[in-house]
Amino acid sequence: MSITVPKVRVPYLLLFPGFAFLFTFFILPIVNLAQTSTQSPIAGGDTGQYEQRFAFSNYVNAFLENREQFARSFVYATLATVFALAIAYPLAYAIAFKSGKFKNILLVLVVAPFFTSFLLRTIAWKQILGEEGFLVPTLRNLHLLGQQTTITSTSIAVVAGMTYNFLPFMTLPLYASLERIDPRTIEASGDLYANGLTTFRRVTVPLSLPGVVAGTLLTFIPAAGDYVNAAILGSPNTKMIGNVIESRYFKIVDYPTAAALSFTLMAAILILVTLYIRKAGTEELV
Amino acid sequence: MAIDPILARGDLRLTRITKSYGDFKAVDDLTLTIPKGSFFALLGPSGCGKTTTLRMVAGLEEPTVGSIHLGDTDITTTRPYQRPINTVFQNYALFPHLTIFENIAFGLRRRGIKDVKEQVDKVLNLVELPHLAQRKPTQLSGGQQQRIALARAIVNRPALLLLDEPLGALDLKLRRQMQIELKWIQREVGLTFVHVTHDQEEAMTMADTIAVMNEGKIEQMGTPADLYDDPETAFVANFLGQSNLIKGKIDGNDGDSVVINLFGQKISMPKARSHAVDSSLYAGIRPEKFRITRTGSAFRGNTLTGGRVEDVSYIGVSTQYVVAMPWGQELMVFEQNDDGVPPFNKGEEVVISWEPSFTFGLRGDEDIEAGTEVNPEETPE
Repeated sequence: MSITVPKVRVPYLLLFPGFAFLFTFFILPIVNLAQTSTQSPIAGGDTGQYEQRFAFSNYVNAFLENREQFARSFVYATLATVFALAIAYPLAYAIAFKSGKFKNILLVLVVAPFFTSFLLRTIAWKQILGEEGFLVPTLRNLHLLGQQTTITSTSIAVVAGMTYNFLPFMTLPLYASLERIDPRTIEASGDLYANGLTTFRRVTVPLSLPGVVAGTLLTFIPAAGDYVNAAILGSPNTKMIGNVIESRYFKIVDYPTAAALSFTLMAAILILVTLYIRKAGTEELV
Repeated sequence: MAIDPILARGDLRLTRITKSYGDFKAVDDLTLTIPKGSFFALLGPSGCGKTTTLRMVAGLEEPTVGSIHLGDTDITTTRPYQRPINTVFQNYALFPHLTIFENIAFGLRRRGIKDVKEQVDKVLNLVELPHLAQRKPTQLSGGQQQRIALARAIVNRPALLLLDEPLGALDLKLRRQMQIELKWIQREVGLTFVHVTHDQEEAMTMADTIAVMNEGKIEQMGTPADLYDDPETAFVANFLGQSNLIKGKIDGNDGDSVVINLFGQKISMPKARSHAVDSSLYAGIRPEKFRITRTGSAFRGNTLTGGRVEDVSYIGVSTQYVVAMPWGQELMVFEQNDDGVPPFNKGEEVVISWEPSFTFGLRGDEDIEAGTEVNPEETPE
């Protein structure tokens, strides 16, 4: 038996495990989900029994019933993305250009939250923002917060939790693209009559755009579908589309609506992301 | 505080500049005047302080001690963007996100010039790349990027243009071509060029004046011909081309000449070309200044007898000999192949002779190996 494999087959052999995995755990479930999304309850059947009736009206109904939660998801995700960018850019900039020998320690600190579970971290935020945390009493003493006002169960808490949880996904790509900037281009800008601020606007920011695009996508996409932050830190008034899907599936056992909502969410994210990448115009830089 | 672009034109003067990093002095008490309009080269091996000097002039580093003047204006602590000085960076540092046009227009726009098109087009024509205006830097070859980097700097008509190893990344053929072009462009635009390089051939081809730097100090400064014909230190003698340095003793004077005893054989040289401080010295002769002859032929002024041909390499335009002398030293001799004399054979006994005025004298306490191993590129011509 020969051990030489004809060269043309090698790429297919290398691709096979990935394809097999994705086919089994992504393509099949998504086809299944698509089928579920157009099912209707079986007449006279039990709760949770559905049959295929190609009921595309499921999509319309699901969307119309949950417009508010859809809108909220995208508003929260946008806010969390903007705040994460505002916090992560200076952080990544400092790590990339100003941290010297502390660079690696700071990078570890950025990733350190991942060493604890996502759920635990979110629950910890409930403590931080709660009545017994240090934040609320301090703000009340400073009269920045009314004596009866709370933070937990508000949209502020949900957005804050999302901002925090997705911060590393913003920071790391930003750091990677800032770190890659040739310091001589910064020097060249100064040499060509640009002061520090102009250099930042004209050279540093444009050259870090690939990182901004990657970071915002990595933050926005999971944030738009997130339900953990809203479930733990929010209230019924801060429900996001993720919470609706979760309750339709597991509490109401309304699989078709949950599936239809999932597809609508996917499509919406896909359209927004495509528009965003077009607008950012960084195809050749990414 | 912006610099007045009219007042700040004139000679560049560095006065007693020192740049220290901890205990290490990258530049050590350097004083230098670069006349307006000249093509000046700072030449030296890596680590000699030439790039640090350039960066201090650009404003990218601040001297630990000393002052820098441009014309009558003190620019020692001025920010880089406030200096009428532009740099062609090593590896060019073009802005990858901007087109070639915008790269070149960058400096003009920062100075608030609205109508940049005419000036950018003009400089693109000067570097002969007008068709590349809308490309991005990554779409250009190394040589093209080099020219754009030059165009981006000279479009601002700076009082001073700094070139940091500008041709280092180009291949030999392109480098030669760019040397000639740079020289031509410098004459064309009439700006002061300060060029930093480790390549002696590049410095000699382009510069009017060369300052040879070693360990943070200037070893010697002068025209390329001065430095080559009359080096004052072993470092300069070895770093610019090749030299034969023979240990000797000054035996006395003979008018404007000094008589030197080289291992028992007497030669003479002009007094003015001896840089010895006492009676011990090294007599230096460039390999192409030697004539090699058979015993009994006509000699030139100075002769050394008892040589034996150790090695012969035929190079086409010349033949290079290694001649072993009775005192154990091997001398390099380059002979032009223009006299119809058949080449000498290995083992033949020969006499070496040369014009006394070609001799230069170095201090007897010099390290004659200085500057020999640091230059990576030998030039066989």
